[in-house]
Amino acid sequence: MANQIDRDQVQHVASLAKLEVNDAQLDYFTDQLDQTIGLFETLSAVDTTNVPATSSVTDQLNTMREDVADNWGEQAALLKNAPETQDDYIKVPAIIDESEAN
Amino acid sequence: MTYLNQDLADLHQALSDKKMSATELTQDTLANIKKMDSEVDAFLTLNEEAALAQAKQLDDQGIDKDNPLAGIPVAIKDNIMTNGLRTTAASRMLENFTPIYSATVVNKLANLDAITIGKTNMDEFAMGGSTETSAFKTTKNAWDHTKVPGGSSGGSAAAVASGEVLAALGSDTGGSIRQPAAFNGVVGMKPTYGRVSRWGLIAFGSSLDQIGVLTRGVKDNATYLSAISGHDIHDMTSSTNDVPNFAAGLDESASVKGMKIGLPKEFLGDGVAEDVKQAILNAAETYRQLGATVEEVSLPHNEFGVAAYYIISSSEASSNLQRFDGIRYGFRADDVKTLDDVYVKTRTQGFGDEVKRRIMLGTFSLSAGFYDAYFKKAAQVRTLMIQDFKAILKDYDMILGPVAPTTAYDLGSEVSDPMTMYMNDILTVPVNLVGLPGMSVPAGFSQGLPVGMQLIGRPFDEGTLYKAAYTFEQNTDFHLKTPKVGGQN
Repeated sequence: MANQIDRDQVQHVASLAKLEVNDAQLDYFTDQLDQTIGLFETLSAVDTTNVPATSSVTDQLNTMREDVADNWGEQAALLKNAPETQDDYIKVPAIIDESEAN
Repeated sequence: MTYLNQDLADLHQALSDKKMSATELTQDTLANIKKMDSEVDAFLTLNEEAALAQAKQLDDQGIDKDNPLAGIPVAIKDNIMTNGLRTTAASRMLENFTPIYSATVVNKLANLDAITIGKTNMDEFAMGGSTETSAFKTTKNAWDHTKVPGGSSGGSAAAVASGEVLAALGSDTGGSIRQPAAFNGVVGMKPTYGRVSRWGLIAFGSSLDQIGVLTRGVKDNATYLSAISGHDIHDMTSSTNDVPNFAAGLDESASVKGMKIGLPKEFLGDGVAEDVKQAILNAAETYRQLGATVEEVSLPHNEFGVAAYYIISSSEASSNLQRFDGIRYGFRADDVKTLDDVYVKTRTQGFGDEVKRRIMLGTFSLSAGFYDAYFKKAAQVRTLMIQDFKAILKDYDMILGPVAPTTAYDLGSEVSDPMTMYMNDILTVPVNLVGLPGMSVPAGFSQGLPVGMQLIGRPFDEGTLYKAAYTFEQNTDFHLKTPKVGGQN
């Protein structure tokens, strides 16, 4: 195929996106992404010299409002959505792996 | 209760005259959904208890005669937040997620006493064109249960087409309202970017996403769009433009006399099936007979739309979906020892393959060394496409073309072939890149399956599209045909 991306690059992109791709899936994803990036390559045929980039099509410039908070008191409801909590906090595994400390 | 032979005006009249109570309507709607859904699988969650409670309250206080939506059930796509009602975006990541607030569109409908009846199936995080990337179930086309319903708003389209509801909300990032509407023979409107608040819509491609409406009839669609439109302090991109009563003027006085319609030659190119082409040429002829002028025009950069779209939408998706990290809400993987484990295992187990593909494509397009060649290039091509559409709409009131290159295809035939699936979006994605309103209207049948025509208008000129669609509808009979579903015809 087009060879726009190889297995190592797919593995690298997956790690940037916090995804794990195992060996069995690596060929499958590499092949599909390679084809799609080959499609992306077709844009190189378009002359875009001096053409500005468009990142949004909204007609709104800025929206201002009074700096007043209006959504207090939702702590309990928010915590109910968290996978694991303790007291009034969201609980997560240790950030620093203590087994490496000694 | 089937909605196949009803419209908003009939139902409102029956409720106002107390020929039927809101409670009866809600009960009958739920019973019919349960029966029909054994065939079409359009719904992920029903809002049974709350809907009945709301209906009872409405019956107690009486139906407001001036409020056409009061007491009438509506379905909501499952990527639109509903306070207290499970909202999954058809992903394992949000399988048990219950929002603590509602999207602005849901609040607007609730304030008008519309009844949220349930949440409809979709492609996972709205990524797909067949609703088959849903983590939970396979929705069927209302006309042929061996065919896809289209996507990503396939549940909403199938629910409306099979008479389960009169109207459903969908979202459209690259055709996700218009294409399933076409595949199911219903009316689907993707409004101008900024017409409807995106607050509470689970974000996919934030510069492309819009919420819109699917209905059987044009006028009902117009009524619902007016109800959900308008500026919202919570969405900086929502427009401060006035919201017209889109349904006003959709009566005998509606006409397309003198209207100028452009038919882009690129929309009838090689990839478009003959039966679809023929239906669009017939529609053009109908418009000519009704007094409009239809002329060939050109969108020279159209062939680059799919590439530009998949770069931009995937890049925005890779950024938007970073929030699904297993910390604050949604799924968290079990077997985790470190914080990085939480992120990686949660995302690896929680997302399906199509979502992973898009995240990786986006991450790649934005990554160092590739940004200029991909993301920036696509954003520049987007500018050229905007100029193409602007040039045509300077001289023409609207653009006519097909919605999709084919009618609904077989279930299972494309879901593992992303390139074919992506190329099928060639007629719908340009409209999102450019931010214009686009609409799908029933315009024919081929081998028993509906064909949709697409009308594309000037920014914030949904009114002209509704007028043209209504005039077409009143002068054709495609919208009168109903699918054979649940033993009905």
